[in-house]
Amino acid sequence: MTEDPIVLAQRLNHWFGTGSARKQALYDIDLRLERGSFTVLVGPSGSGKTTLLTLIGCLRLVQEGSLHLMGHELHGAEEAQLVAMRRRLGFIFQAHNLHESLTATQNVMMGAQVHRGVAETAAGGAARHILGLVGLADRTDYLPANLSGGQKQRVAIARALVGNPDLLLADEPTAALDKDSASEAIDLMRRIGAARGMTTLLVTHDPRILDRADRILTLEDGRIVADRRTG
Amino acid sequence: MTRLLQRLLGRLPIGWLQLTHNPMRFAAALVGVAFANVLVFVQLGIMNSMGTAVLQPYSFFSADVMISASDANALTDGGNVARQWLLQAMADPDVVDGIGLFVGNVPLDRASTDIALTTFGIDPTKPDFLSPLIADDIALLQVQDSALIDRLARGLPRDEAAAIRPQSPLAFETQGRTVTAYSTFAGGGGFGGDGYMIMSDQTFLSLFPARRSAAPDHILLRLRPSADVDATVQRLRKLISDPELRIRSYADAGQEELTYQQTKRPTGIIFGFGVLIGVLVGLVIVYQVLSTDVADHLREYATFKAMGYDQRFFMGIVLEEALILGILGFVPGVTVGGTILTVMGKVTTLPLAVTWSMAATVFVGTVVFSALSGAIATRRLAAADPADLF
Repeated sequence: MTEDPIVLAQRLNHWFGTGSARKQALYDIDLRLERGSFTVLVGPSGSGKTTLLTLIGCLRLVQEGSLHLMGHELHGAEEAQLVAMRRRLGFIFQAHNLHESLTATQNVMMGAQVHRGVAETAAGGAARHILGLVGLADRTDYLPANLSGGQKQRVAIARALVGNPDLLLADEPTAALDKDSASEAIDLMRRIGAARGMTTLLVTHDPRILDRADRILTLEDGRIVADRRTG
Repeated sequence: MTRLLQRLLGRLPIGWLQLTHNPMRFAAALVGVAFANVLVFVQLGIMNSMGTAVLQPYSFFSADVMISASDANALTDGGNVARQWLLQAMADPDVVDGIGLFVGNVPLDRASTDIALTTFGIDPTKPDFLSPLIADDIALLQVQDSALIDRLARGLPRDEAAAIRPQSPLAFETQGRTVTAYSTFAGGGGFGGDGYMIMSDQTFLSLFPARRSAAPDHILLRLRPSADVDATVQRLRKLISDPELRIRSYADAGQEELTYQQTKRPTGIIFGFGVLIGVLVGLVIVYQVLSTDVADHLREYATFKAMGYDQRFFMGIVLEEALILGILGFVPGVTVGGTILTVMGKVTTLPLAVTWSMAATVFVGTVVFSALSGAIATRRLAAADPADLF
């Protein structure tokens, strides 16, 4: 591929703690994610998957090595730049983290309104549209307390996608879902992501997801030990 | 309300939605803010009434300059002033007239009441030294043992006071003499007495045999209409260079007494602390509500942070909540505070009421201090680390 990668990591190292308690979490990570790909990151607990995801998601500062996100070097980037970069990303967490006081539509609107200049009515319209795409057209005015676990996660997916992110980062998005809901959630991410040319990087332990991936990266002890392309 | 706030803020009113999501907690928070408002209103009301009560007796008289003893911090305090200084002051070209003002506390002995009236003795031939509302009745004081009595005095039945006229005067015993009130004026109970009485200096001296006509409590001077009061005061200070005297404009004397009562006397300081405590209670309540609210929503805030919302956005939410609490808490606060002051005013006859300026001050103060609480509470937002969500 000749196109610029959406993520390009080179000799990326990361540590936690200081002094004698300092522990290295990532070792010389080299990674290239192509635009539009659907990549799954697997590995045992403590292998560094989440650390890598949070570095790519601009939620931690790069300590050593190079990490380019959408052409921007994150090593040495200031907080304001990281915040601006995060607006171009979509996040889905293991827990839905929906705001309990906001309806499904309002929760999704938060994903749209982070982009300055998006009018209230436009954000509301976009939110209802994407809630329709994830099959919740009849639940737009429901509070999270009145939604099932699968429905809440679908609202969280809608919230992550409504801003048309370039890169979707998902951390165990199906961990709290039953088999059908998990399958449905992954299908949604794949379908909407493909339609919008979005790149997805998904961390999971769920073997049911692996056969949906274009590429499977395996991380162990902070190192990429396997890189398998399935497509 | 949600739509209105949405239009005002140009975004979802998350603070409002958060507060109203738990109606019981919201109501409790509003009660807390209202309680703090009531505390402040009551204390401010008492402080204000002190101000009104302190300045009230000054309004009975009309003068430009007042000469008092150096220890006279109040109209009713301090030593006497030699009448010779009145004659000396008259040497100034801008001083046109002067009188001695006698002040004493007179117990009113009647079958049904046992009250004390702050009593002023004046020269009854000089109506210009009385306020126009009282001056019309000054001729009545030329009769020995006559007086004008405060119809709003604490302990004086209103219907009885309203019936007092030259044709139907009120006679009462005091200091072993019978004094007759032929007319009334509007005063009211203060912190130092139950009301006021005005009589001639001769009647006053007959009630206080130990006092001498040559030593009034204060000297009041009137100046030519075009005279510069401050310049005349300066000249008089040079002319009467007695360190035992205080020579001030009449307006300054009132303000200085007000400052003295509010900042030097225990009552003023206590009520001042009361206001401070009310403000602190409000600050703590709003802070507690907001910081708990922030703590309860840390995951949601962290999610918003991950999505790219910046610190300004979160401060906006917390300040939105603070302002809602401050504004909505003010409404029951002013209602209950006003009711309490009205009841207290009726019981004590002190001029206790919520004034527009007081309400505006408390409202602005509530909003400002709520915002301050909110600003402090936003420090807890630092704990919302989006990296912890993974």
